[in-house]
Amino acid sequence: MSTRFKEALNSGEFVITSEIGPPKGTNIEKMHHHIDILKDKVVAMNVTDHQSSVMRFPSIGGCLAVKERGGEPILQMTCRDRNRLALQAELLFAYTRGVMNVLCLTGDAVPVGDHKEAKGVFDLDSVQLLRTIRQLESGKDIGGNDLDGAVEFCAGAIVTPEANPIEPQLLKFEKKVEAGAEFFQTQAIYDLDNFAKFMKYAREFPVKILAGIVLLTSARMAKYMTENVPGIFVPQNLIDELAAAPKGEAINKGIEIAGRMIAALNKDSICDGVHVMAIGREELVPDILTAAGF
Amino acid sequence: MKSITKQKTFDEIKEQLDGLDKVFIVGCGTCATMTKTGGRDEVLGMKDSLQELGKVVTGWTVIPTACDEMTEVALRENSEAISSSNCILVMSCALGVHKISCYIDRPVIPALDTLFIGLEDEPGNFHEVCAQCGQCVLGQTAGICPLTACHKGLLNGPCGGTNKGKCEVDITKDCAWTLIHQRLEAQGRLDLMRKYQPPKNYQATPRPRTTKIA
Repeated sequence: MSTRFKEALNSGEFVITSEIGPPKGTNIEKMHHHIDILKDKVVAMNVTDHQSSVMRFPSIGGCLAVKERGGEPILQMTCRDRNRLALQAELLFAYTRGVMNVLCLTGDAVPVGDHKEAKGVFDLDSVQLLRTIRQLESGKDIGGNDLDGAVEFCAGAIVTPEANPIEPQLLKFEKKVEAGAEFFQTQAIYDLDNFAKFMKYAREFPVKILAGIVLLTSARMAKYMTENVPGIFVPQNLIDELAAAPKGEAINKGIEIAGRMIAALNKDSICDGVHVMAIGREELVPDILTAAGF
Repeated sequence: MKSITKQKTFDEIKEQLDGLDKVFIVGCGTCATMTKTGGRDEVLGMKDSLQELGKVVTGWTVIPTACDEMTEVALRENSEAISSSNCILVMSCALGVHKISCYIDRPVIPALDTLFIGLEDEPGNFHEVCAQCGQCVLGQTAGICPLTACHKGLLNGPCGGTNKGKCEVDITKDCAWTLIHQRLEAQGRLDLMRKYQPPKNYQATPRPRTTKIA
């Protein structure tokens, strides 16, 4: 069985995915609104898993909402909060409910979030989680026990093309490929020349790469990200471009930049698609896509 | 091996001593002396602080190594002062607290928190290098333990949170996997890092862990 997302990846089309952040609480209206405005604009939507180690409505719950509203979900699964029993159990459940795309992540560290005294689990890591999925597909759990009904997933992972140093990350990328990752969504990229270099390397592997596009909302935010967020580098010319925007217009400049980057990646077939992250401003994703010519 | 400790806050010590007014203090001449948390000076400092609080300090001693067999003898030598106390405040690591609890029939109160088993890389600077997991991987990781030195204990390489060789949790700390990569590369053994490491067996020796030397 193939998922809509997997079919799109294999069709050769330029695949666009985006992201839904579940709420902190039970008010799911905004999440539903974001799903509704994105479901026909993108091929699939990642649902984040306690993003930044902040406790929220669960990823699997968000994925079910995406399904119910006619969208294609990608279940984000981190290794931070569940041991190998709980991760496998959730994969069984997800499969039975038609949530069949999974993005495997290590997960942010506990102390960066809002439950700083919690125990970080990390019983498995992202490579081991990918292998777990492939093992469950074989009809056995990772304890070697038979399953009464197996699973089938389109499994992916992340990679950070701007990491410094890059070599250890590339080595892990290759381990993820060997572990069965079919697609990669990258950390945000802004330097297209550098990304093209990464793609030249990544093209050697039988995987689909979706470039991470994070909306820049102001020069300040861009500067903050490049100085503080691991693996993100925003070139100075983009920061200057945002800073030169008239007051109140920076966000539109950010939309223009994101659209321009997506269009360039598509035009030159640099990668297989993009993963657009507006981080709480999901209602702007359609504008970004319009700016990109979609 | 050094057992690294830090003193609990005085408020917490005070709370533990609530209702226990006669105190005998035990320090340790080994690790806690070296870390300046339970040596002679710290024991005398604690004595003054408790007396200021209105407690009676019936006596004190610094046992050479609180966790070894001589502890029972050292306590016996102080039996008079101990018997007139109604608790023992121990300024050693948890091993000493445990050992003393085996010989004393009254409350044994820890004054320190035991942090880790560590090395002193420069004077006064201690760091954890081994989590005593029971399945040593140092042969594949160029002598740096990822279970200990990586915040997340990852076995298959760095997470995406590392930046310029530092850890996302604390930029004063090195990323273990960046260091492992550097060392393995210098040794021409990067193939070790490319090898898939399966999930760890956390029940190799189920807790509580024991072993018997044949």
